[in-house]
Amino acid sequence: MSGPNTEYDPVEVTPLQAAEVEAMRDAAIAAIGAAKDLEELKQVRLEHAGDRSPLALANREIGALPPQARKEAGARVGQARGAVNKALAERTTVLEAEHEERMLVEETVDVTLPTDRRAPGTRHPITTLSERIADVFVAMGWEVAEGPQVEAEWLNFDALNLGADHPARTMQDTFWLQPADAALVLRTHTSPVQARTMLTRQPPIYVVCPGRVYRTDEIDATHSPVFHQVEGLVIDKGITMAHLKGALDHFAAAMFGEGISTRFRPSYFPFTEPSAEVDLVCFVCRNGEVGDPAECRTCRGEGWIEWGGCGVVNPKVLVACGVDPEVYTGFAFGMGIDRTLMFRHNVEDLRDVFEGDVRFAAPFGVEI
Amino acid sequence: MKAPVSWIKEYVALPDDLSVDALAARLTALGLKLEALHTPADAITGPLVVGRVLTIEKEPQKNGKVINWCTVDVADANGTGEPQGIICGAHNFVEGDLVVVSLPGAVLAGGFAISERKTYGHLSAGMICSRAELGLPADGDGIIVLPADSAKPGDEAMPLLGMDDAVIEFEINPDRAYALSLRGVAREAALGFDVPFADPAEFELPAANDAGHQVVVEDEAGCPVFVARTVTGFDPARPTPEWMKLRLEQCGMRSISLGVDISNYVMLELGQPNHCYDAAKVAGPIRVRRATAGEKLTTLDDVVRKLEPADLVIADDNGAIGIAGVMGGASTEVSDSTTEIVVEAAHFDPVTVFRSQKRHKLGSEASKRFERGVDPELPQAAADRVVQLLVELGGATAGEGVTVVGQAPERRVVTAPVDLPARITGMPIPAETTVAHLRAIGADVTVEGDELTAVVPSWRPDISQPFDLVEEVARIVGYEDVPSVLPTAPAGRGLTEVQRLRRRVGRVIAGAGFNEVISYPFTSEADYDALALPADDARRRSLRMENPLNAEQPLLATTLLPGVLHTLARNVGRGNADAAIFETALVFQPTGDEKAPILGTDRRPTDEEWAAIEKAVPAQPQHLALALTGAREDDGWWGQGRAAGWSDAIAAVRDLAGALGVTLDVEAAAVAPWHPGRCAAVSVDGVLLGHAGELHPKVCKAFGLPARSAAAEIDLDALLEHATSPQAPRFSSYPVAKEDVALVVDASVPAAAVEAALREGAGELLESIRLFDVFTGEQVGEGKKSLAFALRFRAADRTLAEGESGAARDAAVARAAEVTGAVQR
Ligand SMILES: [Zn+2]
Repeated sequence: MSGPNTEYDPVEVTPLQAAEVEAMRDAAIAAIGAAKDLEELKQVRLEHAGDRSPLALANREIGALPPQARKEAGARVGQARGAVNKALAERTTVLEAEHEERMLVEETVDVTLPTDRRAPGTRHPITTLSERIADVFVAMGWEVAEGPQVEAEWLNFDALNLGADHPARTMQDTFWLQPADAALVLRTHTSPVQARTMLTRQPPIYVVCPGRVYRTDEIDATHSPVFHQVEGLVIDKGITMAHLKGALDHFAAAMFGEGISTRFRPSYFPFTEPSAEVDLVCFVCRNGEVGDPAECRTCRGEGWIEWGGCGVVNPKVLVACGVDPEVYTGFAFGMGIDRTLMFRHNVEDLRDVFEGDVRFAAPFGVEI
Repeated sequence: MKAPVSWIKEYVALPDDLSVDALAARLTALGLKLEALHTPADAITGPLVVGRVLTIEKEPQKNGKVINWCTVDVADANGTGEPQGIICGAHNFVEGDLVVVSLPGAVLAGGFAISERKTYGHLSAGMICSRAELGLPADGDGIIVLPADSAKPGDEAMPLLGMDDAVIEFEINPDRAYALSLRGVAREAALGFDVPFADPAEFELPAANDAGHQVVVEDEAGCPVFVARTVTGFDPARPTPEWMKLRLEQCGMRSISLGVDISNYVMLELGQPNHCYDAAKVAGPIRVRRATAGEKLTTLDDVVRKLEPADLVIADDNGAIGIAGVMGGASTEVSDSTTEIVVEAAHFDPVTVFRSQKRHKLGSEASKRFERGVDPELPQAAADRVVQLLVELGGATAGEGVTVVGQAPERRVVTAPVDLPARITGMPIPAETTVAHLRAIGADVTVEGDELTAVVPSWRPDISQPFDLVEEVARIVGYEDVPSVLPTAPAGRGLTEVQRLRRRVGRVIAGAGFNEVISYPFTSEADYDALALPADDARRRSLRMENPLNAEQPLLATTLLPGVLHTLARNVGRGNADAAIFETALVFQPTGDEKAPILGTDRRPTDEEWAAIEKAVPAQPQHLALALTGAREDDGWWGQGRAAGWSDAIAAVRDLAGALGVTLDVEAAAVAPWHPGRCAAVSVDGVLLGHAGELHPKVCKAFGLPARSAAAEIDLDALLEHATSPQAPRFSSYPVAKEDVALVVDASVPAAAVEAALREGAGELLESIRLFDVFTGEQVGEGKKSLAFALRFRAADRTLAEGESGAARDAAVARAAEVTGAVQR
């Protein structure tokens, strides 16, 4: 910046004339308005608002003016520069918005493109259904009991009132282990877990035992040599069949919906007395409440679905398992998990459950 | 058990308006479960009438066949009364015979509609029917010829054929052997509808005497009661009457000959199996004894049976003539020349019969009843009933002799608190109801104070304890009245830690893209060979099944890999080329000393007995196996995918361990069935958990898997034992300093060793270390590799000073050089 000019000649400083300053301002604003993008605007900023722009140069000349003229000229140039900066800021905002908008348009993708880089994994529905069943009982304070699958004959049969010569033994076609006198079997039901529980815990006992069991059935659409059961066992003082019914009704409602209840039919199991078979109101047609059972594929016109067996624990079993039948009574029930899966989720062929085709499990995900 | 409704009604006055469905439903509610209802008439629409054949003209055809052009009198059944002209291809009838005619408009079994039609040059108006055409069990090719004078032309034919009589087929539970008879079913029907029951076994019996066929029972335990009766003058040529044939057939038995049919009929009627011997062929007294070693018997089915000393036999002077309660012998069988008969009705020990039947694989109608328990008071009545029928239908004369050896055991007495049914069922059952229902099943009941005493009927061997009485009362009151009361358990502890962790395992592995499968644990030496397990590999020591379903898979798996690899191959075979699967299941490890005790059941096992059981049960740890093949990530618009390989199997195990808070040690191993250069042993705290990596090319081939398929198997129980609960980390919010190093080492040096050395040398400022590149090639040198690591340094309490991270890096590199010979590039 120049020092104060003592040899002052007003004619020499025409740029500071009002008309000149206005012209510079107008030229700058016009150029700003004409800038088509941020790049052009950058150039305009250099030309009209930079250090070497006419207005900047004019500003420098103010010092050369006589003191009485400086104030007026300073105000004039300052206003002009303010107007230019304002215009620049406004134009920048507009152009930036335009730029962004254009960029977003250009970056548009096809969101319908597939995203299946890797197929999701699944858990087996038998596993997740077993867990869901267990959860129903755990929520009531029961616990989940487990046991081995190769089991002592005594636990699988004798302790459950199925002595060696019981005709019902032949109903459970058993895999026996070698040697012939090993007295070991692949458990034919999850009931030995109940016996183990009674033998290793003190009542009150409230347990549920889901697990894998074995029978010498050839595989077909409804049979498999390996399948799954869930059994429940309660041993406590004052337990009755009514408690059994209550537990099963609750179980049915939890698995199949509010209002789905059970019914009992007399049956026979060596380990329970009295014994019953359990049917479930068909959860699809609700035995005529919602649909016509005659047209129902789930219950095949019955209105009811056979679900499992149950009963009051036979005192003979309590004695063999060290529970005093004079003090305690109990109930037990058992259902097929595979069967439950089949009718709850429309599985048509049991072989699908065991063949491990990755397409089978896909709809079941990791919860059921 | 099949029970014709007409037969049931013979002993019970059921309400007239009672439908068959309602009867079946009530019996089902009582415990005789409806299996099926058979009413042949339901499958047919009339008119189906009796006709008399008036004329038959035999007309040979060009194809050599002869057809009959008949006129048949059906009275007014055809609306005109004129004889009906019908073509018939059968030849087992003559003019004058009574036949069954379906007239136009009828629809026969299988929806076969009858109409007038032109055939063989005649207008045939109807059909003369065979049994098969009516949906009845057939006994030959011909048409039905009704007994002369059994009906007249125009009569409805269905009732004559028993086709309108419903047959209820029940599934009888093993405890209700009495219901394997009409006597038993009718008794249930009577108590179900509270109507009187006329017991067909209750009639005047002749007194026992010594005039009959001599019987010596040498084994009273095996045969508590033996009754023998005789008849003479039996006419073997007499046919079985139609009504009896029909009933046998309705009950699912074939008519054989009058003698045999009577025997079967009485078994169905009363539930007492019995046997007729040709008296002329029985030499000397009948003996009931155990078989001698090496004794043989040709049974009625013409099979020579080698008897065991445990078999109870009926014998004469020449040896065994029957296996007690199972099957008679061929040598004394009644034949078409038999005129003198010895009738046997005995009570045999259920266990003895059960074992003989099983031993000889010879289940019969008789053994089915005996092994479940027959009424021991029945033999005399049953034998008498057989004699009655032989006399009545076979023209025989009853012998005077009534041989009765032994006697039925005393009826069992069961006492129980009178309120027990109410207490056990939760139903409000008053004492009077309990007493009434127990009387209805045939018990003699007395009540003194709170105590009830029931003399159990002889036909109910299943009732032996108070709870058995409870069931009887409950089923008659009706199970539908059991109230629903939710039991309240004490507060539970939820899932155990291991149960919770197992769920986590499933979610983590599934989250990594694996699909859970369930395989059968049945395997074979061939599978172990396919896995290339060495001869001394512990996994080859397997439990063997006595009776495998498939003789080629007799072993219980010690490893989940055969199942998982077969399943993977099945997926590939079905076009699921990119498959990743896993399984968690028990494996079975023999102890070599498999011998479990059979304990008593009258008390809890002693501690020693329980320990012996526990010891005999093989170890069955839970394993996890996984396998994958094809693409781990697919090709797509995003670019190239990635093939599944050895590292994916290891990664899955590592990720699982991470999710369980377990730090795994991974080191190279060479174990079957893996590729010896691509197999990792994974362990924790020095405990080997299992292996992971790429499968050996031979193994891929043996299982039909694509090359480079990968797999892992670990002992899940062992892994879960090391699971830790997560601890919150402490982390610094001061700036991080990043340092990269590239180190050249011998190709054989494991990256993990280099990383461990770097970690050790870097000191406590090291926050993390990550291998981000592995490089081999000319620049690195033959037999060398370059490993590039990214190191992050940070102090807990300050910003690192200039040069601090560099110094730590240099220390790390120096340690790596010292331990692994690494040279910084
Ligand atoms: Zn339905």
